[in-house]
Amino acid sequence: MTRIPTLMMVFAYLSLLTFGGGMAAFPELETLTVDVYHWLTRPELIHLYSVGQTAPGPNMLMVTAIGERVGGPLGALAVVVAFLGPTALITLVIGRLWRRLEGWPWRDAVQRGLAPVSVGLILGGCISLARGALTGWVAVAIAIAVFALVLRTRINPTLLVMGGALIGLIAFVG
Amino acid sequence: MTEPVSGAPTPPATVSVGEIFRVFLLLGATSFGGGVVAYLRSSLVGRHRWLDDTAFVEMLSISQTLPGLNATNMAVLAGDRLRGTGGALAAICGICLPGALVMFVVGVLYGHHAGRPAVGATLHGVAAAAVGLVTAVSLQIGRRSLGHLADVGFVALSILGVHGLALPVPAVLVGVGALAIWWHRPRQP
Repeated sequence: MTRIPTLMMVFAYLSLLTFGGGMAAFPELETLTVDVYHWLTRPELIHLYSVGQTAPGPNMLMVTAIGERVGGPLGALAVVVAFLGPTALITLVIGRLWRRLEGWPWRDAVQRGLAPVSVGLILGGCISLARGALTGWVAVAIAIAVFALVLRTRINPTLLVMGGALIGLIAFVG
Repeated sequence: MTEPVSGAPTPPATVSVGEIFRVFLLLGATSFGGGVVAYLRSSLVGRHRWLDDTAFVEMLSISQTLPGLNATNMAVLAGDRLRGTGGALAAICGICLPGALVMFVVGVLYGHHAGRPAVGATLHGVAAAAVGLVTAVSLQIGRRSLGHLADVGFVALSILGVHGLALPVPAVLVGVGALAIWWHRPRQP
């Protein structure tokens, strides 16, 4: 139970880094949960993150599974509250102030400046994930195929992930 | 606190906190593949007419500027617009509850079965597919927000900071962020 306060602090901190999306915090999530606190191994983190892509709703709810692994039901609840609470509060307050900031010339500058940084951080998160997940040519081929199909077709992404699962089961067993 | 915004229609007076929760719960249970924003738009602007397109696009741009997941930030902003703090709370709880429950169960099952070779192999395939999916979705979102050639430079600098120089994410956020904001600073006409 002593882990709960640490879990909450770590995930509250991570939530403040999720500019543009949850993926921006992935490199820091990896460092803290795997290297600093040893709550799970790198493959475990990548597995849970990847399964999280097939779950409904916002794609970072995989943090719930980390909370469960570390602290059971209470850990899961603590992580969800810590990961979603601070940014929800910030958004509530700034959302209400937004109109009043209309005349402030820096509002636009902040918005336009943070946009490319958040894109860079998200792509940085993708690279972290790729480093852990693409361990051989079969994995690289699956990733490239899904990447192309998402950009070029309208196939439901969940079906593509299931396809990856099936190929993985055949190719990586044993 | 939630004064109606000029240009946007006043939200229908009949929307209750319970209805907000129900609609966002359904969204949270049925949106897949990292594209929750598209589902939000077709539900809130299209089906329920709770927001008009202008209000939706403005909320989206606020969501992307602030920390937080796009989907949860959108839920907070839309819920607040419709029914104040209670609406915001109902919306974020609704949209997160199904996925959080699924991932809780995944966490429990993973603890019991992760050792099996078939499970490891399947998840290895899922992870490879997830890399392709997440990168494609990120590029699709990213392309829209890059206006100048300099923005591509800021994207590259951020990636370099995190991976080439192995800097912590907050350092990159503050460093490259300040530079990019300064680049886009307000100029005198």
